[in-house]
Amino acid sequence: MENLHTHFMTERGLVRAVDGVSFTLKQGVTLGLVGESGCGKTILSRTLMGLLPPSARISAQARILFNGRDLRGLGEKQLRAIRGREVAMIFQDPMTSLNPVMKVGAQISETLVYHLGMTKAEAHARGVELLRAVGIATPERRIEQYPHQLSGGIRQRVAIAIALACEPKLLIADEPTTALDVTVQSGILDLLREQQRERNMSMILITHDLGVVAGRTDEIAVMYAGKMVERASTKALFGNTRMPYTRALMESIPQLDYPTHTRLKTISGQPPNLIYPPPGCRFAPRCSRAEARCREDEPALDSDGAADHTFACWRPVGTPVVETAA
Amino acid sequence: MISEAMPRQAAQPEPVLRVEDLVVEYRLGKREVVQAVSGVSFEIYQGETLGLVGESGCGKSSAARAVMQLPAPTAGKVILNGVDLAALNNSDLRRQRKQFQMIFQDPISSLNPRRKVSDIVEMPLLVMGEGTPEERAKRVRDVLAAVGLDPEASLDRRPFQFSGGQCQRISIARALVSEPLMLICDEPVSALDVSIQAQIINLLQDMKERYHLTMLFISHDLSVVKVVCDRVAVMYLGRVCELADSETLYRQPAHPYTAALLSAIPEADPNRTPQPIAMKEGELPSATNPPPGCRFNTRCPRAREICTQVVPPLETIADRHTVACHFPLTAD
Ligand SMILES: Nc1ncnc2c1ncn2[C@@H]1O[C@H](COP(=O)(O)OP(=O)(O)OP(=O)(O)O)[C@@H](O)[C@H]1O
Ligand SMILES: Nc1ncnc2c1ncn2[C@@H]1O[C@H](COP(=O)(O)OP(=O)(O)O)[C@@H](O)[C@H]1O
Ligand code: SF4
Ligand code: SF4
Ligand SMILES: [Mg+2]
Ligand SMILES: [Mg+2]
Repeated sequence: MENLHTHFMTERGLVRAVDGVSFTLKQGVTLGLVGESGCGKTILSRTLMGLLPPSARISAQARILFNGRDLRGLGEKQLRAIRGREVAMIFQDPMTSLNPVMKVGAQISETLVYHLGMTKAEAHARGVELLRAVGIATPERRIEQYPHQLSGGIRQRVAIAIALACEPKLLIADEPTTALDVTVQSGILDLLREQQRERNMSMILITHDLGVVAGRTDEIAVMYAGKMVERASTKALFGNTRMPYTRALMESIPQLDYPTHTRLKTISGQPPNLIYPPPGCRFAPRCSRAEARCREDEPALDSDGAADHTFACWRPVGTPVVETAA
Repeated sequence: MISEAMPRQAAQPEPVLRVEDLVVEYRLGKREVVQAVSGVSFEIYQGETLGLVGESGCGKSSAARAVMQLPAPTAGKVILNGVDLAALNNSDLRRQRKQFQMIFQDPISSLNPRRKVSDIVEMPLLVMGEGTPEERAKRVRDVLAAVGLDPEASLDRRPFQFSGGQCQRISIARALVSEPLMLICDEPVSALDVSIQAQIINLLQDMKERYHLTMLFISHDLSVVKVVCDRVAVMYLGRVCELADSETLYRQPAHPYTAALLSAIPEADPNRTPQPIAMKEGELPSATNPPPGCRFNTRCPRAREICTQVVPPLETIADRHTVACHFPLTAD
């Protein structure tokens, strides 16, 4: 994906939801996409899937290459063939992807018949197999049920089964466990990781929770206000954080081993509005390391030698901060 | 910053809030009734924060609303400072209202969008008929400044002109303006951005000191609860299954459900993937049809025959540590 801008025309002005993001994702790799609400994670992934609302505009110079093919040049029909077949998506609320008035079995079969041309009997058998693969204990019974008869966790498992039905090459999971209880959450995350490895898929795991991506991704990209601000292997991102925003985010999360009444580190202020983003580095108004230059020039996503670790910052963590007369 | 975890006045043994055998039922159809809270009891002492945790639908909010008398519980007592709120008539209850206030999860929808911030925050004082207009205006300004909002810049604005975090500050100001004894927080940071969460958690702790509050703090996020609460009650399907000091509960959970909850928390540390305690697959039981005996028996890895027949009573297993389980983990 190269130089992507997705903007919305609204009554209040142009919302720069995604503003100049480029990245590549290799086969068999899980990328965690992290950031606070409104930073553009969902819009970025929906742009990839060609699933944007009509008011959205994608920049003309952007390219979205999938296995060498530019998705931007494709028509709706060709996109539909790719969607679900080669790229599949799972949403925060499983009901988004499930049909409430259709039995679970019929929904899986529909996908298999439409994309893979299976017969009904084949699709039925494969459906049972898929449900078992996603950890559903009694697939024969579940197939006969409607989504509202299932708990949130089982529903999300069904949504995953449908997403996996056509063996996609890329799976995008947008906050797949945010609506679920912790006891159910880890099971779903483990399932996604296991399926990703087994099928050698690529996966984008979108979340606002650094805890969710910590143990379950190969690489992490951090977004802030429509920009990608740090990208590294999961180990390097946690072990050698460079972008002050990433660092501040990590430090503001309460940890289980904090004693009661620990005072948390905070990030002052609030995320900028995307109609009038601040000039220079978008994090500058909240950054404790900011200097004059940060408020004027925008830092590019760049590495300082270490391969595969890029960040957008003039004064990254780990470099000395020289006190300038304020 | 560490504050006193113990009751401020050790000589005063009466809790600020004592909840006894609280039952909350909702009518579903003509016949069907769902029991969201089934006999919950706890006490909260002066200056203390009690956490209430558990999975979605286990009855946390229902219990909190029953304490607030919004609406009154189906059965049970809610004794605030010696007065049983559930037994009061409407006008007596209104007089007590200034003593206990609540803040909610969704900061924006819990504020009236058409009103100015000054009116919103003043409302509790007006309802209780407190002070002259000048006195009320002063208290509104003071409390807005205390929660970190600039009174001049905010008094005349309306909620939609504020961010989620700022709206939560306004809700906190509204709850504190009457200087209540007790503050009930239902998921106060769950709807906020991660970077704003920490600000509000710190603010709540500051306000607790400043206004000498006693708090009931509801959250599904166990890391947040650990930082905020002196003691924690764990709920499962309408019942309290374990209650202990937070340090004890997190270090040495005795109820299998508490242990499973704790083991599942994702931590922001790539070297520590959680090793969740395996719970039995299968139906998550619902409040409409709770299993007999121990309500956790359909998912509990330690369940034996007796668990499906006999309800385990809440028993004290150590100082300030109670658990409702036939085979608690510390008994090994
Ligand atoms: N007004 C209502 N009518 C009928 N049933 C209700 C009503 N409010 C709550 N319930 C049911 O009561 C049970 C407890 O609900 P409650 O809102 O107290 O849960 P909770 O622990 O606060 O959950 P969450 O973590 O999702 O906020 C649930 O089964 C819920 O479906
Ligand atoms: N349909 C839309 N019209 C206008 N603005 C939108 C629309 N959808 C999203 N936005 C804006 O785009 C930004 C990014 O949104 P989103 O990608 O959903 O964030 P995230 O998934 O990171 O929480 C936000 O500022 C949001 O308000
Ligand atoms: S560029 Fe400057 S303001 Fe931006 S994150 Fe780096 S130090 Fe902070
Ligand atoms: S009483 Fe039995 S089923 Fe319930 S938690 Fe204890 S061991 Fe498990
Ligand atoms: Mg989103
Ligand atoms: Mg609730």
